[in-house]
Amino acid sequence: MAENAITTKELVKKENLVYQKTKLLTDDVMHYCPGCGHGTTHRLIAEIVEEMGIQSEIIGVAPVGCSVLMYNYMNFDMQEAAHGRAPAVATGIKRLLPEKYVFTYQGDGDLAAIGTGETIHACNRGENITMIFINNGIYGMTGGQMAPTTLIGMKSSTTPYGREVSLAGNPLNMTDLIVNLPGTYFVSRQSVHTPGNVRKAKKAIKKAFEYQSLNKGTCFVEVVSNCPAGWKMTPVESNKWLAENMLPFYPLGDLKVPEE
Amino acid sequence: MEEYVLMKGNEAIAEAAIRAGTDGYFGYPITPQSEVLEYLTAARLHERTGMVVLQAESEVAAINMLYGGAGAGKKVLTTSSGPGISLMQEGISYMAGSELPCLIVNVVRGGPGLGTIQPAQSDYFQSTKGGGHGDYRLITLAPASVQEMADFVSLGFDLAFKYRNPVMILTDGALGQMMEKVKFKPQQPRSKKSPHWATTGKTPDRERIFITSLNLDPACQERFNIKLKAKYKEISEKEVRYEKIECDDADYLFVAYGTSSRICQKSIQLARNEGIKVGLFRPITLWPFPYKEIMEMTGQVKGMLSVEMSAGQMVEDVKLAVEAKVKVDHYGRMGGIVHSPEEIVKALKQKIIGG
Amino acid sequence: MAKIKGAIVVDIDGCKGCGLCIEACPVEVISLSDNVNVKGYHYSYMTDPDACTGCSNCAIICPDGIITVYRIKI
Repeated sequence: MAENAITTKELVKKENLVYQKTKLLTDDVMHYCPGCGHGTTHRLIAEIVEEMGIQSEIIGVAPVGCSVLMYNYMNFDMQEAAHGRAPAVATGIKRLLPEKYVFTYQGDGDLAAIGTGETIHACNRGENITMIFINNGIYGMTGGQMAPTTLIGMKSSTTPYGREVSLAGNPLNMTDLIVNLPGTYFVSRQSVHTPGNVRKAKKAIKKAFEYQSLNKGTCFVEVVSNCPAGWKMTPVESNKWLAENMLPFYPLGDLKVPEE
Repeated sequence: MEEYVLMKGNEAIAEAAIRAGTDGYFGYPITPQSEVLEYLTAARLHERTGMVVLQAESEVAAINMLYGGAGAGKKVLTTSSGPGISLMQEGISYMAGSELPCLIVNVVRGGPGLGTIQPAQSDYFQSTKGGGHGDYRLITLAPASVQEMADFVSLGFDLAFKYRNPVMILTDGALGQMMEKVKFKPQQPRSKKSPHWATTGKTPDRERIFITSLNLDPACQERFNIKLKAKYKEISEKEVRYEKIECDDADYLFVAYGTSSRICQKSIQLARNEGIKVGLFRPITLWPFPYKEIMEMTGQVKGMLSVEMSAGQMVEDVKLAVEAKVKVDHYGRMGGIVHSPEEIVKALKQKIIGG
Repeated sequence: MAKIKGAIVVDIDGCKGCGLCIEACPVEVISLSDNVNVKGYHYSYMTDPDACTGCSNCAIICPDGIITVYRIKI
């Protein structure tokens, strides 16, 4: 039959292209471990910046943590903040360049432990910034220690027998706190563990950037993510574990959407 | 022609900041400098320069707001006092490590710890020896009058941008609260241009810019450290500032900055009335410190008394400067007590002349 | 009847062999190679080109953005 005559070689042509890596990502190979959700989320942000045509209008703030080197991969201007201080750094940029798009990208240790104060106050002031919060329940960069978002019973290198509330306290659901602050305009919790979830996460993150131009307040998107190395699982196993264990405690969906 | 006005030192800093075309002020209230934030928030800046003023949730946040603003190429300022400056040390180190300019004012109070709210000069080490981590230097200016409080704002910004490094004005609660006549410079417009290194959005005509102090490769880090070291050497060679008062015939020398240097001027008169020829060497830049210029005085004077409202901090630099060629000692009251001119003369006699 | 045919191109040396694309592929087109790339990873490749529909799931889940997808209606 005619269709079977088309070979892969014939198919791979520019006019048949439906998906390729965005030019808003640099050619540097990301340092993340295989299967890490950071890479996926980076790509979504880069795709959104390309789709919105705001490469010259955006300034990102990288955290301290696994994504400390984010600025190596994004083909736009970025600043690297001290641990936990990204919302303050972003506040300084946005207040002085109010016409620009400014965002922070932070992990759970950065945003929900050492930077809790900066996070809460930036959101409460309603800084017109976008905050992307990667929650994988562990400190990846330093070797898998307990994070504020580590689940009860979850093992880490500093909770080797599982997190016990009596000793290590409770997991902190930061997004549930944030949603109560009047300064936030759009708050959503997403994940990138399946293609469908990646598509939904992209929609939410894109909204969080688009709304920034309205100057109505902070747009905050949590991305529940995996840490195959820290969780000591294969990437595929880690995404299954995420669905079974993380999502019941950190349920997905929009928590605050603007009134139409 | 601008007229003299009577104003507190803290207010003079605030007004001078507006006149210098400062883009942003981020600060947190702390005695004895809260007037700066109060003055700026009352100044109806939207009708003047549009300068941004924000009361941060902490000094930690304030210095990091400076980091962001400076990284965007803007003139940014914060003011605080010892305890708050301690909290800012992380941010100052990061700014030095990212080569970002900013101006920080420390209106010093007595310490350590929560200490007192009265004036002191006990943050000399913190400012000049690197209060934060890593190999960096903080250009430190020490005003001795309300006029200098105002003048050093634009000087501080000039140095900060020239060398892409944080600059500190190290003053104290006495100068901050003192009212004195001051004449301001005319209003400078806020700059519309951005430095080439600023993150203002990647346009097609340039590569992306990232501001960071991270160098995971030790060879890169060392190269950067060598670059910083060369920059600090250049600053040490070019930016030393000082003042000599009644030094021409002096047999002895007071070395003092800020409030202590003013009191020493009275002590000079008291001593000279008794026939003791003493002069004053006033470092204006505490870093870079005028080592060479103080060394040169050793050919003339028999001894030097470092007068500071501290347990003796700058005295270590004076000793380094003179290389044991003449006697050097320290005198100073502490904890918010300001020494009297008579106490200083008595100390000169006991520790230097008679000692 | 119109039929959709797709193809993927994997940047072999950019692949970290995480296998998420294999899991995401609805028609089981992708496998990990027995060979390794310059970084020592078993990389993804198309084992069954005829089955690929060009749905892009593999590219969308790929954390390293190394899969390019082509698609044609025939």
